[in-house]
This record gives sequence, structure tokens and C-alpha cells, in this order.
Amino acid sequence: MLAVGGGPVYSAPMLDETLPRRAPAPIYVCDAAQPRRREAALEDIATGLRRWRLPMALARLDIRNRYRGSVLGPFWLTLSTAVMVVGLGLLYSSLFKMELSQYLPFIAVSLIIWNLISQVVGDACTSLTSAEGIIRQMPLPFSVHVLRSVFRNVLTAAHSLPLILVVFLVCGTMPGPEVVLILPGLVLVAVNAFFLSLFLGMVCARFRDIAQIVASVMQLAFFMSPVLWKPELLEDRAKWLPLNPFYTVMETVRGPLVEGGVSAIVWTSAILYTLLTGAVALAFFIRFRGRIAFWV
Amino acid sequence: MPHILAQGLTIEFPLYHMGARSLKKRLLAHSPLRLREDEANRVVVSALRDLSFRVEPGERLALIGHNGAGKTTLLRTLAGVYEPVGGRLEVEGLIGSLIDPAAGMDVHSTGRENIVLRGLFRGLSEARSEAMADEVAEFSGLNEFIDVPVRSYSAGMQVRLSFAMATVMEPEVLLMDEWFLAGDAAFMAKAREKLAKLVADADILVLATHDMDIVREWCTRVIRLEAGRIVADGPVEQVLEAA
Repeated sequence: MLAVGGGPVYSAPMLDETLPRRAPAPIYVCDAAQPRRREAALEDIATGLRRWRLPMALARLDIRNRYRGSVLGPFWLTLSTAVMVVGLGLLYSSLFKMELSQYLPFIAVSLIIWNLISQVVGDACTSLTSAEGIIRQMPLPFSVHVLRSVFRNVLTAAHSLPLILVVFLVCGTMPGPEVVLILPGLVLVAVNAFFLSLFLGMVCARFRDIAQIVASVMQLAFFMSPVLWKPELLEDRAKWLPLNPFYTVMETVRGPLVEGGVSAIVWTSAILYTLLTGAVALAFFIRFRGRIAFWV
Repeated sequence: MPHILAQGLTIEFPLYHMGARSLKKRLLAHSPLRLREDEANRVVVSALRDLSFRVEPGERLALIGHNGAGKTTLLRTLAGVYEPVGGRLEVEGLIGSLIDPAAGMDVHSTGRENIVLRGLFRGLSEARSEAMADEVAEFSGLNEFIDVPVRSYSAGMQVRLSFAMATVMEPEVLLMDEWFLAGDAAFMAKAREKLAKLVADADILVLATHDMDIVREWCTRVIRLEAGRIVADGPVEQVLEAA
């Protein structure tokens, strides 16, 4: 759907009042000999972003329905994260022989970011298959379903944010002015979440075994990445850590909060991995967008 | 000018997740012509085969044929849900589709919330959606039930809500499945009146149906599909008599 009337569009013109009404009639052209896949894919993503209110509304509905009738609702997750933080904090601070007041902020931030990452990845596998009913009935941009999955997890994770503040206050540590650097970090996490949801959503729709593989990879990644343990514990082997995308992307948010900043190598690695995810996801989306409706 | 142009339109559904090779062999051995194996050794169902037609403004086209002839698939393709694997499709004009009215309905939300959600699905602003809610509430005749979760509606009430939601639009190309002509009797008269207006305002109607009375009443042209191919195309009486 193009914002300017007249030209051909490569996704079907649904009634869309964000476009000028009764403008020159939109033309939907689909030619198997000249698929114009790139235009269609980019238009899909642009339209999804322009109409962000729809995935946001759907994400909020998802959360409401998931916790329907529950007293605490999504705050159950906050509560269980709080219990995890205290429990793991006590155990691992003594295992690693660290001050609790130093370890607690680290583990709190780590766990909340890790929960976000692992839930985004977990839901990514069903971002398109779960929207099957809509995909087969309505010509909506596929990016809407992907954004729905991302927004849902971001909103859920946001419920745990007060926990970070509480832990910081209790431990009497506050991050310095470098805390503003979490903003680019969060942007990086969001971009990764979107492309990963797009890519995994497609791959998992076509090959139903991938979701199981992803689940076990995420479990392994939890232990292999410095979530519970600090990178310094690896001593001189810590230099290999920037190869771990989970670590570097997570660190762009965690670093400014608890470690007084992020090293340039971590940033470089995180950006490179993001570009890679984006490129692979886009290439896939451009090539196979037209097949998604048949896969789900 | 709104129009639909299909040239050699072909849709194939690969049967994914089919498993064992022996099953595949058995399926292909008894192949009722529509199953075949493509280049990548997948079993595919030919849903639409090489359809060519043109629909001009003012035409009221009925798609008829047996179950599985490809009527709904063609509607969905015209709506932009399925991308053709072969041929070319051109649809000019704002498309409004009444294919599955319940798609995107959230049963845990109230009728009103669903109407606003449907507005968002269509790309309306929130203010416009709210305004639509009153219109739909009134037309559906659900009264106070409009603020009750859809889950607690009777089947008839759900139908009314879906119908009312789906028909708040002014499309130029209206795609409709025959579902829309079924409903409880009291509501039906009102619904038909609304549909008649919708159809009259649209430039093109494409209607998939089994009911020949409806075809005679609403349409000016008929395409008969059989196993994914067009077997007859012409004015209503001509095609219906030939059968």
C-alpha cells in the first residue's frame, strides 16, 4: 500500500483510512512472471510500522487474555522474577564469593533482559503460525503479526522494570550518567527482536521442527552466556565472549545499568550481529513472503 | 476505472508436513487429476488452473461450482491473501471482502471492543473506529449485549455482530462468500437490505455461491468452476441453462 495514490501496489489494497479516501483507485498487481518481491516486502514492513496501533492493540489483547481472571496478571512474572533474583542472588553470590549488594543488581538486570530475549525468541517461532486464522482470511501486512509478537513481549517485560529500581535502591547503587546509553541498546534489542521474529516466524511456519531446536538452543545459550556469571570470571578466555550474540546484545543494555558502560568491541559485535540478522531476515522475507499464506 | 483482470491465474497448494513417502506414492497413484508432483518432489493440489477473465465496472459476477471447485480460493486470491504461482492478476479499486466474517474476532472482548479492533484491522483511526462502533451496535440490534464479551453470545448474535462489522464499508470491488446470505430470519430482511445497498454502491461484485436463486437475483454474469478451471462463463441464464 503506497501513501501516494495512483501507482501500482504489491499488496492488496484493503480498506485503509490512513490513506486518502477515494484517492485514485489503488491497483493491486500480482504477476508471477515479474514478482517484484523486494517492493512487496519493503512495502509490507513499512505498512506494518505505519499501522503500529493495530499490532499494539493485538498485543495488549493477548496479554489481557493470557492473564484473564488472574488477580496479579502480568505482575506474576514480576513476582516470579523477583523470587528468582533473590534466590539466585543469595546462592550465586556465595558460590562466586561476591558481595550480595554488588551481585544483586547484576543478576536482576541480567534476568529481566534474558527473560525478554528468551520469550521473544520463543514466541518468534509462532509469530506467524499463531495468526493463521487472520493470514488466510485478510490481506494484512505480515509484519503486523511479527510486531504483535514483539510488542507483546516488550509490554510483558516492562512490568518487571520497577524491580530493577527496587533492587538498585535496596543495594544503594545507582548507575551514573552513562545510563543514557541503554537507549541505543534498547533500540538494538528491538531491531533484533523484530528481525528474529520475522525470520523464525517464517522458518518455523515452513519447518515445524525448528521450534524445538530453537527451544534447546535457548536453554544452552542461557548457561553459555554470562547471565548468571560475570564475564570477568572467564579470565583470559573472556576475549572470546564477543562472539556470542546473546551476550553482546544483552550487554548493550546491561552494561550502562550495572557495569558503568559497554566496551567498543561489544558494541561492534552487537551491531554486526544485528546487521547480519537483519540481512538474513530481509533476504528470506523478500524471497518467500508470497509463500507464507500457504505455509501457515 | 475499477476492474479485475486475470491472465492465466494459477494457484497451487503444496501439501507440506505430509510425512512418509509411501503415503505420497499412494496419493499420487490414485490421483484424481488435481494432485501432482512438482519439480521439488512435493505433492501439490492445483486449486486454480490457468484462469483468464476480465470483470468490468458494473458487473455482478457469480462464482458457482461444486465444493472444492476453487470458488473461495479464487475469492481469497482476488482479495490478495494468496499470491498466484503463475499468471497475472490486476485488481483496480478499493477491495472489501466478506469472506470469513469471524476472522480476527476476539471472543474474550466485548462486542464494542471487537468493533474497534476491526476498525484497526481495516486501518481506521481510533476515533473513526469508535464512531463505527455506534453504527454497528445500532444495526446489529444487540442492544446492551454490545458491552458483553462475545464468548457469551448465542451463535445468532455472533453472526449479527460479524455481519454488521463486516458491512460497514464502501468498497469499489466487493468480494463475498455465500455465508453472508445465511442468517436468522428476522435479521435476514435487514441484512439483505444492507447488502443490496452495499452491492449497489460497489462497482464490482464477485459472489461465490451454491444458491441459483441468489445468482438469478443478484448477478449479471456467471463463471462456473470445475476442479479449478473455468468451464463456463457468460450471462446468468445462458450458463445456468447449459448445466
